[in-house]
Amino acid sequence: MRNECLNSVLRLAKKNEKVIFIGSDLGAGVLSQFKKEIPNRFYMEGISEQHIIGMAAGMAKEGFIPYVNTIATFLTRRCFEQIAVDLCLHKLPVRLIGNGGGVVYAPLGPTHQAIEDIAIMRALPNMSVFAVSDKVEMKKLMDASLSWPYPMYIRLGRGGDEIVSSKKKFKIGKNIIYFKPKKITIVSTGVTTQECIQVVNSLKKKNIDCGLIHVHTIKPFDKKNFIKDIKNSSYIFTVEEHLASGGLGGVISEIMSGNNFSISKQVFRIGIEDKFVDRYGSQQELFSYLGIDAASIEKKILKIIKMKNEK
Amino acid sequence: MKLNLHKLAKKIKLDKRSVYLRELVVECLEREQRGHVGSSLSLIEIIRVLYDDIIKFDSKKIKLNTRDRFILSKGHGCLALYVILFDKKFITKKQLISVGKFNSILGGHPEHIVPGIEFSTGALGHGFSIACGMALAAKIQKQKHKIFVIMGDGEINEGSVWEAALSVSKHKLNNLITIIDYNKFQSYGPLEQVSNMTSIKKKWESFGFEVIEINGHDINALKRTFKNAKKKISKPTIVICYTIKGKGLNFAENKPDWHHRSSIDELVVKKMKEELRKA
Repeated sequence: MRNECLNSVLRLAKKNEKVIFIGSDLGAGVLSQFKKEIPNRFYMEGISEQHIIGMAAGMAKEGFIPYVNTIATFLTRRCFEQIAVDLCLHKLPVRLIGNGGGVVYAPLGPTHQAIEDIAIMRALPNMSVFAVSDKVEMKKLMDASLSWPYPMYIRLGRGGDEIVSSKKKFKIGKNIIYFKPKKITIVSTGVTTQECIQVVNSLKKKNIDCGLIHVHTIKPFDKKNFIKDIKNSSYIFTVEEHLASGGLGGVISEIMSGNNFSISKQVFRIGIEDKFVDRYGSQQELFSYLGIDAASIEKKILKIIKMKNEK
Repeated sequence: MKLNLHKLAKKIKLDKRSVYLRELVVECLEREQRGHVGSSLSLIEIIRVLYDDIIKFDSKKIKLNTRDRFILSKGHGCLALYVILFDKKFITKKQLISVGKFNSILGGHPEHIVPGIEFSTGALGHGFSIACGMALAAKIQKQKHKIFVIMGDGEINEGSVWEAALSVSKHKLNNLITIIDYNKFQSYGPLEQVSNMTSIKKKWESFGFEVIEINGHDINALKRTFKNAKKKISKPTIVICYTIKGKGLNFAENKPDWHHRSSIDELVVKKMKEELRKA
C-alpha cells in the first residue's frame, strides 16, 4: 500500500507540474526515481516535521500541491498546530501521507503506533481523512487526490494486503457496500475491512446474515447514504485499527445520536481500548491481542447478539 | 556594538510619519481597549520602511503574481501592520478602527482574509517555514519577487524556527529576507531571564545566514540595509533590528507589562497621546 501510494505521487507529478514531494528523512532511496526525474520538486528536509508542514503550506499558497510523507504519529501528534493553522485554517491542498497507521509498526512500540491519528485529524475543520483497504483502492484515492480542494490525511495501512477492492467503484466521500446491510451490519475502515469480510463469511456459515459497509473516507463522511443504508439494521458494529473512541466509532455514534430511526438501533464500537499498546510482536499478533482480528470481532458480535436474544 | 545599537535605538527621535503611525495605533487601542502595545510599537519603522521603500505591492491588485510577499510571523504585533495597510489603502479607516469588534475583519492577530495579509499568524514559529515554502515556490517557477518575514526575538525560542533555518540555509534562499525585531523583551520579561537567546548574531551565522545588525528605528539605515539585502546573491540574509519595546511611549518603553495591555481606559489613552505629542 505504501509503495503504491508513493509511486502514485511520482505518477501524478509527471502528469501535473504542480505536484511536489516532501519527506522528513525517510528511508534510504525512497522515491529515488522521483528525485532523479524531477529533482526540483523533490524535497527531503531532515527530521523537522513541524517545518515541513509550514513549508508545504507556503508552497500550496503559491499554487502547488505538496504530498508530505513521514511516520503517522510524527505528523499527527507533533505537527497538530501546524496542520490546524497552516493547512486547515487556510484550506490548503496539502496531502499528508502517514506511514504506519494503526499498529503497523508493532515492534517499534507506542511512540510509532498511530492509534488516535483519525480522531486527531478528523477533529480539524476543513481536513479530510482517508483509510483505504488495500493498494488498489489506494491508487484510486491517489488519482482522486489531485483535484480534491482540501487538506487530506491519508493513513497508510500494512503492506502486502490482500486485494479486496478491485471491483469496487471509488469516489471520495462515498462508502462502499461489500455485503448488503442486514439486521446486523458491520461498518469498518482501512485494512480492518479485510478482517470483516472474513467475519461476514464465517457468520454466513453459521446462518447469520451480516452486512458490511467499508468507509474509506472517514471525513467528509457519507452520512446521507449511510442513514439510508442502515435503515433496517438493529445492531451496528464499528470496527477499526484505532482507539474505539474518536475514530470511525465516534463518527457513527455521533450520527446515530442526532437522528430518529423507526427501528431502534444500537452501536457497538470495536477498536483499541483507552490505553497505549503494551506489547510488541507482529501487527497480526497485536490485532489478536487488541481484539480486532477476524476471530475476536466475530466472537464479540456473537456474544452481543446472544445477549440481546436472551433478553 | 550591540549595546550601542540599543542605546541608539532608545535615543533616536521619531519623525512626523513615525509619530503619525503611532497615533493611528493609539486610535486602535482606544477603540479596542486592549492590544499588544509594546510589541507593535517596536515594529513601526521596520514595517514602514518595507512598505514605503522596499516591498513591491499594488493595493488595488492584491493577488498580483509579481508582488513581494510579506509575512508578519510575530502576529501579535499586528497593529503596526494594520496602520500601514490603512496608510497604503488596503483597508479603510472604518475597518482599521473596528479592530477587535464582533464584525471586524481585523482581530488581535492578522488573518489571511484581510486584504494585503498573505497568511494568518499568531501561533509563533510558523511564519518562517511558510516564507521558506513561498521562497522555494518562487525559485521553482523562476519568479523574481522577494519574500519578507518578520519574527520576534522571543518567537525564535520555538524549535520550528531553527528547523526552518536549516532548510532556508540548505536551499540558499537568497530571495527570502528574514528580519528579527530584537527588542530584547518577551512576554514575561527580558530575554536573558526567560530563555538563553544570547549571541544572536553568532547563532544565525552558524546556520549559514548573512547577518546584518542595525538600529531598527533608523529610517535611513533600514532603507539602506533592506535595499542591499534585496541584492544579495549567495546566501539568505537576516537583518537583526535592534529596537525598543514600546518605542515612542516613554512610560511603556522596555516595560514587560506593556507587552500586552488588556484594560486601556481613557486616562491611559490620554497619556499615550500626550507622550506622542512630546515625541
